[in-house]
Amino acid sequence: MPSELHAILATDCGSTTTKAILIERRSGEYRLSVRGEAPTTVEAPFEDVTRGVLNAIQEVEELSGRTILDGERIITPAQGRRGVDLYVSTSSAGGGLQVMVAGVVKQMTAESAQRCALGAGAIVMDVLASNDERPGWEKIERIRQLRPDMLLLSGGTDGGTISHGVELAEYIAAANPRPRLGTGYQLPLIYAGNRDAREKIKEILGGKVALSITENIRPVLEQENLGPARHRIHELFLEHVMAQAPGYRKLITWTGAPIMPTPAAVGLLMETVARKRGVNLLGVDIGGATTDVFSVFEGVFNRTVSANLGMSYSISNVLAEAGLEHVNRWLPFEMEEQDLRNRIKNKMIRPTTIPQTLEDLQVEQALAREALRLALEQHKALAVGLKGVHRERSISEALMQEAAGETLIDLWKLDLIIGSGGILSHAPRRAQAMLMMIDAFQPLGITYLAVDSIFMMPHLGVLSTVHEEAATFVFDKDCLIPLGTCLAAAGAGGSGEVCFEFTVTLPNGEVVKDALPFGELKSLPLGEREEALIEATPTRGFDLGVGKGRKIEGKVQGGAVGVILDARGRPIALAKDLKMRVDQLRRWAKAVDLYPDGS
Amino acid sequence: MAHVYTPGLRVTPRMVIRKRRVLPIPGEVLVREGDPVESSTVVARALLPGKVYTVNVVNRLGISPGEIRSYMLKKEGEPIEAGEPIAESRPFIKWLKTQVLSPITGTIEMVSEVTGQVLVREPPQPLELFAYLDGKVVEVVPKEGAVVETTCAFIQGIFGIGGETVGKLAFAVERPDDVLTPEKIGPEHRGAILIGGSFVAEETIKRAREVGVNALVVGGLNDLDLRRLLGYDLGVAITGTERIGLTLILTEGFGKIPMAGRTFDLLASKEGWKASCSGATQIRAGVIRPEVIIPLDQAPDPKSPPSPLSKRGARGDFPPEEGGMSVGDTVRIIREPYFGLIARVKELPPEPRQIATESKVRVLIASLPDGHDVIIPRANVELIEE
Repeated sequence: MPSELHAILATDCGSTTTKAILIERRSGEYRLSVRGEAPTTVEAPFEDVTRGVLNAIQEVEELSGRTILDGERIITPAQGRRGVDLYVSTSSAGGGLQVMVAGVVKQMTAESAQRCALGAGAIVMDVLASNDERPGWEKIERIRQLRPDMLLLSGGTDGGTISHGVELAEYIAAANPRPRLGTGYQLPLIYAGNRDAREKIKEILGGKVALSITENIRPVLEQENLGPARHRIHELFLEHVMAQAPGYRKLITWTGAPIMPTPAAVGLLMETVARKRGVNLLGVDIGGATTDVFSVFEGVFNRTVSANLGMSYSISNVLAEAGLEHVNRWLPFEMEEQDLRNRIKNKMIRPTTIPQTLEDLQVEQALAREALRLALEQHKALAVGLKGVHRERSISEALMQEAAGETLIDLWKLDLIIGSGGILSHAPRRAQAMLMMIDAFQPLGITYLAVDSIFMMPHLGVLSTVHEEAATFVFDKDCLIPLGTCLAAAGAGGSGEVCFEFTVTLPNGEVVKDALPFGELKSLPLGEREEALIEATPTRGFDLGVGKGRKIEGKVQGGAVGVILDARGRPIALAKDLKMRVDQLRRWAKAVDLYPDGS
Repeated sequence: MAHVYTPGLRVTPRMVIRKRRVLPIPGEVLVREGDPVESSTVVARALLPGKVYTVNVVNRLGISPGEIRSYMLKKEGEPIEAGEPIAESRPFIKWLKTQVLSPITGTIEMVSEVTGQVLVREPPQPLELFAYLDGKVVEVVPKEGAVVETTCAFIQGIFGIGGETVGKLAFAVERPDDVLTPEKIGPEHRGAILIGGSFVAEETIKRAREVGVNALVVGGLNDLDLRRLLGYDLGVAITGTERIGLTLILTEGFGKIPMAGRTFDLLASKEGWKASCSGATQIRAGVIRPEVIIPLDQAPDPKSPPSPLSKRGARGDFPPEEGGMSVGDTVRIIREPYFGLIARVKELPPEPRQIATESKVRVLIASLPDGHDVIIPRANVELIEE
């Protein structure tokens, strides 16, 4: 790799589309030049991922005028308008990295193993634990039925009892699990449990799986050490999983950095952004099949994937999990259950269709609110207890958190929400994306929101492993579209009662002073890269972050939408009566100019 | 651009199809390349390892794991019968003896000196893999199975439930927009792949099941009925393993939607013929759609009634079905507000246009049957070849 990079090519091989971006250095700045895409070619009839990569690169060549390919070879290094200095890639083709995890205690080592696999960018197919109440034979059956890409076995603190971890190994050996891709190789299994059990584990599993031993992810009760196992997952992802996927052996030789699982790359970028900006952030990527949630709170990274919450393939599951009543509550009109159900199922079986009517758009955005809400709930449930590497706590603290299931996701401390995925990035009006996220996540106090413009976070994530400067610069300049700031109060009150009074001093010196009644929403225009000063004083029953009735002062940043003042209470007080709720939703939509006819 | 790619379900009167029939685990292949096969021919078989049960011997006997072997009556690999003692304590007083009995008939898989448990495994279960199609073996996959080829008429549905089945094609409706109702189904439809029209309700499916219909192929179904049939809300379109007593294939979607004329006509032209079908659907990368395969190398059953093609308006010509969309093509609109309507492509404007949602998307101008022209996003149509 040349010491100075002038042209960088990055691809993300998704399940259906391979997306390529070209980053060029112009006037001393790294900027996105063009983006190209082509169908992914992992499946028949091509069965070679590089075909789709080459097609996407060809589109980049056509759009940019830069010659990148010499036949089927990427030209490196760059010389003028010919070639690129670096090529990197991520991949989630073929369903991504599918891992089954096992640990002794469900709430402890098994949960640590789950966090480890998720943090490495995997989809966790199942979590087995000695105390998960399934009888042994059922666990063995489950291991046999699932065909994961790899297994992560943890269990026991170092020096503790080995019998439970060994028992899990015995189950795995009895199940004789087979890998999802290919038949001619053994399933990789990472053992990251009690070091005293290593020899016994080797004895039981050696020869039955491709055993790989790494440091214990929970060496002592009050310490979690996810790094080594996560690193090993990435190594095995390349050595075993990628090597089995069609065309990847070739692709690996083209890249200037190891290929990363797509969510791992996005997570890495989120961590980098949170660290560089010194903020707590929540990121969400809502796709057709799955929704990924990332969070970084006080420097602790967590990721979860809600495997069956999505806007096309999984849209019907959103209805099934959220329930009809929860979806209906966001619709500013009445719709027959039969009609709504059929529409949702038709989207599921024809996932590439798009809403043509405003009503259809509102149905999809109602479902998106519920998918996002449920995904955050799942994230909150896992982002608990011990986090990250070598964070030590007392045993009593550890036990208290385990028992209470205390989440790290504190919405009062949340600074930034980043939304990604078609329903958010391609919402016809940016206000729709902003309100979907506010309604779903219900942030508290002052929170800044943004969306990913064209889904290039995976590309920038893997790029950050070799050139952080280029990755973060392009992220700030070309990837994120700032939406604006939400100021929201916690509490509940009577209709018409004042929730908070506010004074906003806009950049042009104009002062907006008003009182917002409970149950209302208001937006103020404030452009991208503009800041305003805000003072807000809640009435006695409400809190803006520093206590009930106490005034807050601060700066708010603008964006494509501006500032949204939210006095609808937490949880948002939606009327039970249909007519009243429809009026309410229409009033809120009008307040933020949500739809063309103000409906 | 007057020629664009748009997805469409495959409906073709003649094609060569190859089905890869492989075992989930290595086994024995029973056919050879070139062998003719019928749908019921076993092409390969394997022994699926039996279920494993755990018996916590040390807890039951009150001993430590390290001592377990000295209390075992059976060794690893030895056969056992259900209820047979596999371990026992040795007290001084014999009648205080505790025995641990095997919960199943099988073999001792493992005795663990660490956990103190014994794993016992049921005998292997034979698994037979059928050819599914009438055709011939064109390739043998050693230890796994075979590739079966047949020349057939082929119809893809949009969504299905239930697995593979075989039967003769029978009709219970006259027109593609007829609703299939319970009284239209009789004992003569037992074992058939029964073709309905635009819609089937839960009560009709129950009637079909009672009669012993093997599969139903219809235009549409209400999602509420699907939920009642399955007993749960189907969240993700990955199907094929449901057990509702028959296989159900929707050719058009959810709601009442007339079966595409081309699909109906092709099925009608093969009334009485033997067909293989599957409801298995997977709408993800590597899409699997439900299918009806009608091998052409067969004469219609003389006992079945002659196909009243004239009544059902079948045509004999079927042009190729793959390719792009051009002006003049017939399409089905697959999204509101014109969902289910058949239209003709009048114009394919190259530039994106703003639609009612304010999204700017690529569109087509379509002429509806009533003569109106409407703008439709290109993503919201499927090609129907005539």
